[in-house]
Amino acid sequence: MEYLIRFAQLHETFRLPELQSLASLVGTDLEIVHYDPCSPYCIIKLPNEDAARAVIARSILGKEIFELWTQGSTYEELHANVRGRTQHRWAQFKHDSFRFTVDGYGGHRSLTEKREIIGTFNYMGFEGPIRMKNPDQDFWIMEQYTPDFSPDSLMSESKGEKRGDPKKIYFARWIGNSSREATNQYDLKKRRYISTTSMDAELSLITANMAHAGPGKLFYDPFVGTGGFIVSAAHFGAVTLGSDIDGRSFRGKQKKGDPPGVFRNFQQYGTESKFGDVFTSDITNTPLREYQFLDGIVCDPPYGIREGLQVLGTRESRRGRNAAKEEIIIDGVPAHYRPDYIAPKRPYGFEALQNDILEFASRTLVTNGRLCMWMPTASDEDGELATPMHPNLKVISVSVQEFNLWARRLITYQRLPEGEVSDVSSSRQLKDGETGYTANELNAFRKKYFEKKKENKTGSEKGSPASR
Amino acid sequence: MKLFTANFLACAVKSCRTSPASFPLHFRDAELEQQELDFQPDFIRNILPRLDWDALQVIANELGFPKLPENKPADDSLGDEGLLRDIHKLLLETQVIEGKLVCGNCGHEYMIKEGIPNFLLPSHLV
Repeated sequence: MEYLIRFAQLHETFRLPELQSLASLVGTDLEIVHYDPCSPYCIIKLPNEDAARAVIARSILGKEIFELWTQGSTYEELHANVRGRTQHRWAQFKHDSFRFTVDGYGGHRSLTEKREIIGTFNYMGFEGPIRMKNPDQDFWIMEQYTPDFSPDSLMSESKGEKRGDPKKIYFARWIGNSSREATNQYDLKKRRYISTTSMDAELSLITANMAHAGPGKLFYDPFVGTGGFIVSAAHFGAVTLGSDIDGRSFRGKQKKGDPPGVFRNFQQYGTESKFGDVFTSDITNTPLREYQFLDGIVCDPPYGIREGLQVLGTRESRRGRNAAKEEIIIDGVPAHYRPDYIAPKRPYGFEALQNDILEFASRTLVTNGRLCMWMPTASDEDGELATPMHPNLKVISVSVQEFNLWARRLITYQRLPEGEVSDVSSSRQLKDGETGYTANELNAFRKKYFEKKKENKTGSEKGSPASR
Repeated sequence: MKLFTANFLACAVKSCRTSPASFPLHFRDAELEQQELDFQPDFIRNILPRLDWDALQVIANELGFPKLPENKPADDSLGDEGLLRDIHKLLLETQVIEGKLVCGNCGHEYMIKEGIPNFLLPSHLV
């Protein structure tokens, strides 16, 4: 059976991976029949209506799912198809309450035009009451004014050119709504505890979907910060753990006896019972035991732009002299047991950190458990940073969010069963953990980011026309 | 910090990794608090097979809880709601608010303050 999904027209490279993740989560076969990144309408094949409801129920980028009845490139063709191909379905809905909805992409109709269009479907002979609120059946006419696969066609519309006729019209019966409303509920503007680096609600919920967060599961974020990812995983029912090398990030400003900032968010959303624990630790010296106990890991590791990346340890001096490795005792008490003790940290490599995360994930994820990791890249093609890989982890999908000077990717991995290995030949073998000294030497992304920024600046100062 | 979390934690010092004495970490001077939460039987059923039952018995004993069943509940007993509720209470609704976690191998102490344990190591242990 063919179904139509109406997507939100943004984060295009996340739309299919999210849909496919949800299909594999509910355990149904999904075939993409027609997908166009430049259109909200996508046609898929699913075994039945229950599967369609299950797949859309948690979607963030899908808005609704419909049973696709037919389509046409003109109204003439559409009506011919409705009469010719769907007549056997009409009787089934003859006495149900119903309404018709007209939707458009790249152009829209006035109310009068919409009413006229709906009137042309009179011949279907529905006799039930027309109900604008919660009807039994909601039939949608969806007009796409843009040609397929043409990202520029929307531009002419905004310049005030004549709308023209729709290029494609779908006729479909509504089946179910998605969870897109959750992006509003979890909006950062309304959240109690956030910081400048909190992931926006929409992408954080999508991440939880990609990672298969769900009831009964245990999820972990090793760079928890203000807890955006664990709050999203908890929304879908997972019990969550989080840690951070800087305990202040998840505690926030806290009077004695107050709950940590992250927990206040769980209270706000009524998911307190999904809050496991937060603790202070460093992924390179983690206290977590290395065996397969996590259902999912979701994280956005630090990029090292403002502050360099850090892990526990002391920085070796340029002369190669080792800093104090001996225990320090003050007034007979070991310094590290004093209340104001701050553990020393040293700079660390960007790729080394990612390799550590993959290694940790391969040891702690259960079979088929998922790792969703965000990773920044400079958005020029020759400088693209390779996708980190691990033999025990299969890359499921890579989605990109573009910014002005840079981009970031969401990479989804799945833990393979013992005995299966993935092909890692295209990943970079270099491990730069111990070789670099300065922040740029340690972090290829940081280097590229600032080189580009510099380039852009000199270009605009000269006021020269864009030469590239 | 909850008791189920303690089941996943061992001493963070690298040289302790191979020592069986580095797990479980032992609670000292623990101040406990009960917190009522929604009962989540599906989570308990999912997580039980991954728990080290011996370690949980050791910790529950050290904190003065009544003796747990000798063997980890499995199969039929997973349908026993009373038992699942007891385990839920112990694992998820019991919190250590203040105290220490101590490694049985190297003796290093990890502080727990306001329910949050700190596993950062001083440089001589990294």
